[in-house]
Amino acid sequence: MNDKTSSLPNAVSNLDLETPEKPYLDSNELIINMGPQHPATHGVLRVILKLDGEKVLGTECVIGYLHRGVEKIAENRTYTMFNPYVDRMDYVAAVSNGLGYCQAVEKLLNVEAPPRANYIRVILTELNRIASHQLWLGTHALDIGAMTPLFYTFRDREEILKIFEKYCGARLTTHAFRIGGCQYETYAGFEKDVKNYLAFLPPKIDEYEALLTGNRIWLERTKNVGVISGKDCIALGVTGPVLRAAGVKWDIRKAQPYANYADFDFEIPTGENGDTFDRYMVRIIEMRQSLRIIEQAVNGIPEGPIMAKVPKVIKPAVGEIYHSIEAPKGELGYFIVSDGSTQPYRVRVRPPSFVNLQALDIMVRGQLVADVIAVIGTLDIVLGEVDR
Amino acid sequence: MVEKYRRQYGSGLEPLTYLGQNYFSVDRSLIPDFLRLLRDEEQFDYCVDITAVHYPKREKQFDVVWILYSFPRNERVRVKTQIADGESLPSSVGIWATANWLEREVFDMFGIKFDGHPDLKRILLPDGWKGHPLRKDYGILQQDQEWVQINLGIESGQ
Repeated sequence: MNDKTSSLPNAVSNLDLETPEKPYLDSNELIINMGPQHPATHGVLRVILKLDGEKVLGTECVIGYLHRGVEKIAENRTYTMFNPYVDRMDYVAAVSNGLGYCQAVEKLLNVEAPPRANYIRVILTELNRIASHQLWLGTHALDIGAMTPLFYTFRDREEILKIFEKYCGARLTTHAFRIGGCQYETYAGFEKDVKNYLAFLPPKIDEYEALLTGNRIWLERTKNVGVISGKDCIALGVTGPVLRAAGVKWDIRKAQPYANYADFDFEIPTGENGDTFDRYMVRIIEMRQSLRIIEQAVNGIPEGPIMAKVPKVIKPAVGEIYHSIEAPKGELGYFIVSDGSTQPYRVRVRPPSFVNLQALDIMVRGQLVADVIAVIGTLDIVLGEVDR
Repeated sequence: MVEKYRRQYGSGLEPLTYLGQNYFSVDRSLIPDFLRLLRDEEQFDYCVDITAVHYPKREKQFDVVWILYSFPRNERVRVKTQIADGESLPSSVGIWATANWLEREVFDMFGIKFDGHPDLKRILLPDGWKGHPLRKDYGILQQDQEWVQINLGIESGQ
């Protein structure tokens, strides 16, 4: 054992069984770097981890790798020209981003989209919520080690993207809505496609659940991992499914309804423990609830115009507005200041991913390195939105 | 609520409404006491956002805005204050933990300092970057060429 010519690394070759008072392993704290190019960070996120063995003592997020200066761009574009840019923030839920922005400008102009436009908006936004949750579920399960759900969810998400493509020609960065309503009337067969999907998806969600909900490995990796209390969520401004899984029954669609969400009947799912498993369950139930909303909306689409009377050149009066919606990831807000010209004086985007990511540190403290991956996944961040 | 604070603070506080949204325009000296009061007495327990707006032609160049929400009241309110370039504000991290990153972003984009912030440094732009992009005098094509040349080894990031 004491052979000095050993080619093993120091930690092993220095082992001295004769003197047990010598520490068996080096117990110093270790600082390691994760990312920015790491498949489990869902983009370019760098996390500096302080470890004691496999236990996490603290983290620091380094973000900004995808910063494109969206808020600066907004000040140099007209209200209409900026509309497509918002799709590029949370690119897996582009429809929600567009809805928030269009409604904020409509509020500033004091116009309201006509009822038919609101119904179309709700259908597409809820479809997008399902698509976003499906993408989240597939990648999150993949991070934890289950590969199959990825193929299942992407297969089913494809059908939603096909509806988007038929409606507005784009699959991801849809630019589906315009200030004042929608540019496109629904295509022939839109309602049939949506209704087909309503019948298609529930058994597929059952499939996801059959793969994961009772799966022992899944339970081991998610139960009591990344626990956060409702009180901490509120202090840290965490919203969306993460807040609801911590037991706070709060959803902007119910608390301060926008578009015509007040007309629809749906439940807000909540969790009890605020762990990774509860967040998984909340999102699964949210998918089912979204289907419920879509069903009511598609059966009740009224006839009528799809655009409100909005001037060709959008020039809101001097003033400011804050409008927020319940995006798939949490509260997405737009704070817009107008100076009376055709370009916004200031557009501030309140991104849910950015604020939620701040909670990563307290969620992973005391947990294992492997759980960091699970927690990044369960927060459902999109780096395009974190960095803007 | 409005009347109570008006009596208490007099001219330092002005309650305003635009398009049905309420906000307070307050004097800089009332920060952070007024924010703390809103959280403790009026249950505004959730700080939605902190941001700033730059008005280069004004004497006090910056508007700093806190967007608050109350879970028990289901109500939103904004607090707005004006500060001059180079002036700092007391940090509100002690009131809402979420202010940490939000204040860092305001510092990064506008160069407004927050006293008492635990770790005030740039968040979206790299450390060592020069300038604060959301100031109106920072052009849209402008960038820190020196930083790009040293750190990325390319002539220009454009």
